Parts: sequence; structure tokens; C-alpha cells
Amino acid sequence: MSDSLAGRLPASPRGAAPGYGQQGGSANLADILERVLDKGIVIAGDIQINLLDIELLTIKLRLLVASVDKAKEMGIDWWEHDPSLSSRARPAQQAGAGAPPDAAIGSAQGAGAGSGDEALAEENERLRAELARLRSAAALPGSAAAEAAPAAPEEER
Amino acid sequence: MSTAPETPAGAPGADAGEMSYVYAVGREGPALDGLAARLAGVDGRPLRPVAGGGLCALVSPVPADAFSERGLAAQMEDLDRLEAVARAHHAVVDAAFAETSVLPMRLATVYLDDARVAAMLVGQRDQFQELLGRLEGHVELGVKVYADPRAAATAPAEPAAATSSGAGAGRAYLRRRQAQQRDSQDVYQAASDLAARAAHLAEGVASSRAVHRPQQGQLAARAGVNVTNEAYLVPRDHAARLHRELAALADGAPGVAIEVTGPWAPYSFATAVVAEGADGGGPR
Repeated sequence: MSDSLAGRLPASPRGAAPGYGQQGGSANLADILERVLDKGIVIAGDIQINLLDIELLTIKLRLLVASVDKAKEMGIDWWEHDPSLSSRARPAQQAGAGAPPDAAIGSAQGAGAGSGDEALAEENERLRAELARLRSAAALPGSAAAEAAPAAPEEER
Repeated sequence: MSTAPETPAGAPGADAGEMSYVYAVGREGPALDGLAARLAGVDGRPLRPVAGGGLCALVSPVPADAFSERGLAAQMEDLDRLEAVARAHHAVVDAAFAETSVLPMRLATVYLDDARVAAMLVGQRDQFQELLGRLEGHVELGVKVYADPRAAATAPAEPAAATSSGAGAGRAYLRRRQAQQRDSQDVYQAASDLAARAAHLAEGVASSRAVHRPQQGQLAARAGVNVTNEAYLVPRDHAARLHRELAALADGAPGVAIEVTGPWAPYSFATAVVAEGADGGGPR
């Protein structure tokens, strides 16, 4: 792993490629489990758990290692509820940076209400109404449009 | 059940209170004999080589009660215990693989005694020899690509609770979301491109490829979203170079990362399911 990469993501650095036989203590548990439980030679040993129950176990384990559904259950789902990533936001995403602001606002409102964040939903509703008024007034005054539009990165600071 | 020091290397595990846990199978010879003499298995129990059909299995004794079907099920439900067994299993496979070609067994491959292990080796000789020949001189590299829109975001995400009241807070929220949307769109595209470049690079060297599920959930300790999780079977001589080249692919790209792991024993390519013949003619 390169230095710049290690600096960019706050993950446990693995360092340079380890030599052979040096993974035993340092390898990531998820990486090990997906190999020792899911891969390797399966023989019908005398203890039959490795034929049937390991399959079940593997499914259970995926709840820990690899399941999007379980991750959602556990609340690790920010990409799902995040309006900027939800499917409702897709049309705006596909439209690119020039997406009409109301599309994104609509998606944000929908997700906000869906996640029960009522205050935020109200807030968005007010903004939406305000924006609609402004837009219907034909001439988009710069200040309101700029504030709601996805432009001007310096405003994010 | 006996907790006495184990039988000498090569002796059958005759103790009724213990069974034989198989970690890996390789060709019979001094390499595996020597490994068995200095490695420990699950719970630190000594390894022993069990030979049969020109093959050799690395075996350690395990308590029969804890590794019965019920005992195993209970152990595997306990993540700490599962981790201990999995790491011990992997440590043996990894150490053996460092010195010689071995086939890693699935976790918790347990036989009643060493005689049953030897019978299995004899019964599976042809299949194991063929697999050993195919995997000889190869290692496995793991390649995971991550997207981390938050790392690339132009505005740091703030807790929703911070948006207390007033139109300004709402607008600020929307601005952040807009920026995040734009950023995450770019980041996922970049991650997809990175994965494609990694696959292209690896496939030029690898002789085989296996696809794992992306890691998510509480064990996926890494930041970001794992978008691809693959393994490549690579000639040992090319592994270090490919490892370096793959790891360098994400240099300079914000919000995306590539993690290269290994060299691993070729777990992901030793996936044959050895069927009924495993009994080796012996009684159940």
C-alpha cells in the first residue's frame, strides 16, 4: 500500500506486502473468515458440521462480514438513507452537476420524511415552498438560487 | 478427555477424548514433517503429520466434545472463539504454504482419529495430487476496491441534530447534501474505474480469478464502501510486483482506495468439494 493511500483513508495500514508466512497474526479477520469458511477444500469429514452447518454458519457470518441487508439492520446504512445516494436522488445524479435544484430538494425531503426526521422535513418543505415561489416569480434572484443550487463550492466552507 | 501432552508425531490419535483436526494437505516429505514439528494448531496443541497415499495432512488433536457437531456449532456461534479457531487454522495454513505447496482445508475439517485422516488421503489421492499440481508455484492475492465519498467530500458531514432551526440551517444542509451527492457520484465512478483497471492489470498476470462478496458489516473495519472484493491466482514470482502495481493504482485519486492482501495460500482456488469417497472405504 502506498504512503499516499495510507494517508488518505483512516484504515489500519497494512504496510508493504508481507512476506510469505507472515500473515497469520496480522491479516484482517474478515479476509481470513471469508477464506477459511467459504473457501478451501471441503471434505466430508467425520464431523458433519462442515457439510451442512458450515453453510448455515457462513450465512450467519455474512451477517457480520458481507451482508448489505444486515448492515442496514444494524444501522450501517448511511448510503441508503442519504438523500444524495438514495435511488430517489438518482435522476438528479444522472443529470449531472446541472441538475435542477428542485429535484435534489425533493429527494432530500422524501428521505428526510422517510427516516422520521420531521424537523428536517419541515425545513425542507419550507425551503421548497420558498423556492417554488421564487421560481414561479420567473426571475430567479441570485441569492436564493445560489443558496439552493449545487454550485459554488466555496459556500460549503 | 485427556489433556496430557500429545502423542509423538506420526502416532495415531487414539485417545477417545480427542479427534483429529485437519488444516492442510500437501505432499508427503520432510517439508511438512518439519513444519509439524514446530507449529501449533488450535488452542496451541502440537501439530503432527499424518501420511497416506503419498500425501501428508497437518493435523492437531482437538477435544472431542468441543469439536463434535454440537460443540462446533456452539463454538462457531461465538465470534471470539470463531476468531481464535480461524486464526489458528490460518496460521498453520499460512506457515505451511510459506514452505511448500499445500491445499488449505475448510475450517473445522475434523476426523475421529488419524487413521480416518490417512484413509481419506488415500481415497482422495488423485484429486489432491491434481489440485496440488495445478496450484503449484502460485499464490493468491486479494484485491479490494473502496469508495469513500466522505473522505472526498468538499464539506464535512455534520450530525443532523446540528440543524437546529431556521431556514439557514436547512439551506446549509441542502448545500452539504448537494455537494456530497456530486462528490459521491464522482467517487463511485472513480472506484468503478479503479476496479476495472485493477482487474485489467491483474488478469494480465493471473491464471485465475475468484470473486468474493464485498465486505460490509461490523467486521469490515475499513473506512468507505467496499465495491469489489476479488482474488487472483498469481505465479509466485510475479506476486510481489503485481502487489506493488495494484497498490499504486489508486495513487492520487481522492476518495477511492485499493487494498491488496496476501500472498495467501490459494484458498479461493482450492475449492473442490471432495465428495463421498472421502470415507476412503472405512466405516462411518
